[in-house]
Amino acid sequence: MILQFRIAATHVRNRLRQTIVSTLGVALGVGFSIAMAGLMEGSQRDFMFKLIDAIPHVEIKDEQRHPAPQPASRVYDAVAFHGLRPLEDLRGIRNPTEALASLRDWVDGNLAQRLSGQAVLRYSGQDVGMTLIGVLPKQELLVSKIGEDIRQGSFEELGITANGLVLGDKVAERLGAGLGDTVTLTSANSVAKRFKIVGLFHTGITTSDEGLAYAPLKAVQILLEKPDIINSITIRLTNLDQSNAVALRAERQLGFKAISWEEANEGLMEAFFVRNVIMYTAVGAILVVAGFGIFNIISTIVHEKARDIAILKSLGFPEGDIQLIFVLEGLVIGILGALAGSILGFGLSNYLATIKFEVTTDIEMTRLPIYFSYTHYVLASFLALISAGVAGFIPARKAAALNPVDIIRGAA
Amino acid sequence: MAQPQSAHQPLMEAKDLTRILPAVVPVTLVEDINFSVGASEFVAITGPSGSGKSSLLYLLGLLDRPTKGEVLIGGQRTHELSKAELANLRLKRLGFVFQFHFLLPEFTALDNVMIPMQKLGTLSSKDQEVHAGGLLSDLGLGDFLHRRPDQLSGGQRQRVAVARALANSPDLILADEPTGSLDSVATEQVFETLQSIVDDQKTTVVAVTHDMDIAGRMQRRIHLVDGKIDYDREQ
Repeated sequence: MILQFRIAATHVRNRLRQTIVSTLGVALGVGFSIAMAGLMEGSQRDFMFKLIDAIPHVEIKDEQRHPAPQPASRVYDAVAFHGLRPLEDLRGIRNPTEALASLRDWVDGNLAQRLSGQAVLRYSGQDVGMTLIGVLPKQELLVSKIGEDIRQGSFEELGITANGLVLGDKVAERLGAGLGDTVTLTSANSVAKRFKIVGLFHTGITTSDEGLAYAPLKAVQILLEKPDIINSITIRLTNLDQSNAVALRAERQLGFKAISWEEANEGLMEAFFVRNVIMYTAVGAILVVAGFGIFNIISTIVHEKARDIAILKSLGFPEGDIQLIFVLEGLVIGILGALAGSILGFGLSNYLATIKFEVTTDIEMTRLPIYFSYTHYVLASFLALISAGVAGFIPARKAAALNPVDIIRGAA
Repeated sequence: MAQPQSAHQPLMEAKDLTRILPAVVPVTLVEDINFSVGASEFVAITGPSGSGKSSLLYLLGLLDRPTKGEVLIGGQRTHELSKAELANLRLKRLGFVFQFHFLLPEFTALDNVMIPMQKLGTLSSKDQEVHAGGLLSDLGLGDFLHRRPDQLSGGQRQRVAVARALANSPDLILADEPTGSLDSVATEQVFETLQSIVDDQKTTVVAVTHDMDIAGRMQRRIHLVDGKIDYDREQ
């Protein structure tokens, strides 16, 4: 192997210019692949981080995953129903204290209860439809990042102001309302209640900033006429990877539909998967192109070194050795290219990470999100070596199959 | 390492050796060649151009496969051996010298001689270097060990090729027109070298040559005409 490597190294060294060009081809492929992978994964992680920060890891809702079967279908094999209407039932999780206590026994994380519903916010003659969430502020601050989004006032104020209200800054601006102003909220059952604005938040998500409001749980229960009832329990886990397992167990335990953040964003996960497939296909294509450069140079060397191949065969080198020499030549270029490409990729990633953007909208991205992972380097280098190996193998097979007698006769 | 042959077992034997090139009109290179070579022989294969001298040498050297018949090396039948086994046999028991030195151009004289030893791998790196240096010095190339082929004269290159052929102490050296591209002085040097191999190292040399003067000085001559042995006689 050492001898074959020496011969291979001598061949590529003696074609320095072509070797450098081929190596650069691989290096550019590997370098851009690494930078692109870092950028793609960085943006994905950045988005995921913001998403996960904004939503609960597990949310238990006052719904059933499957509708309850009709009594008749339990008795008869096939029954068709027409015009049936489910019984009137006050939906919600009753006795929330007990439900929360049973979860706290085993869930590693923080839990909060919510009652949300629709209401119309009225101020100075203007009406705006809102999603109103009733919370216990201390609990809510442990499961969501709403505290960090407060721009005026404070979220904790909801704990001490019985009719306090925290709402998005956009809707407040639209209505011309400010901190300390009193607004009226009217439920779907026409129950009206006055609330005092104690805080304004800005999440950067327009639907929230224009249509979401928080109020103390008790006040919302009164407004929505659901005493001692909540309609969701939100959980923020210590270990994010546990979300599916926790959701499954919670659903079995309470009988209510529990959704993990992954299930809630299934479509998004699929989109990321497709995006990654596209990215790695593009990366693979770059490296295949680099492989053609290697194929070209090894083919040229095989052509030029036909006489050396005949000599080596006459000396007693088997076909396998001849093949190995030329595959090694491809791999030498591949390894050099992968090393140079890794350095280039690291430099490029670092440079991209320093680029700043002046963004005037509410989306707060100041620089490109680059994720540094050794996996990108290993993967790009591995793909480059595969490409180099295949590019070397094809001419190497041709070299091994050369008949030494034909070459010797040709030379004579 | 040269292996001892029994008194009745030839070093190499050609049995009914025939080589036909497949073509629209098949070309017969050699036909029904039968002869054997013993230890310490210096054999010339002669004949006019196109008589099949080199083709016979390639068959004897296991570089080409016969259409019919077979070659035995030290009594070992070779026609059933795989390509890898044939390569191994070439490495251990045969040495080649070609008309055009056929040295690896990027390697020094010393490297060229060491390459077959490195492939065989029986000697340590140090011993390989000492052995290769010794062979080159014996052939008068002690001052040219680290020169590449393009820095040597034609005669010197051919002597490096002889040293390389001797590297693994083969039983048999096959030379194809070893003096064909040399001037008279270099021709004499190379001939003396091959003669000394036979005399001193007791290694058999079979050389194809069209130089009747050189062939006349060898121990035995096999003359080919139209791919067949015309005569085979001691001299």
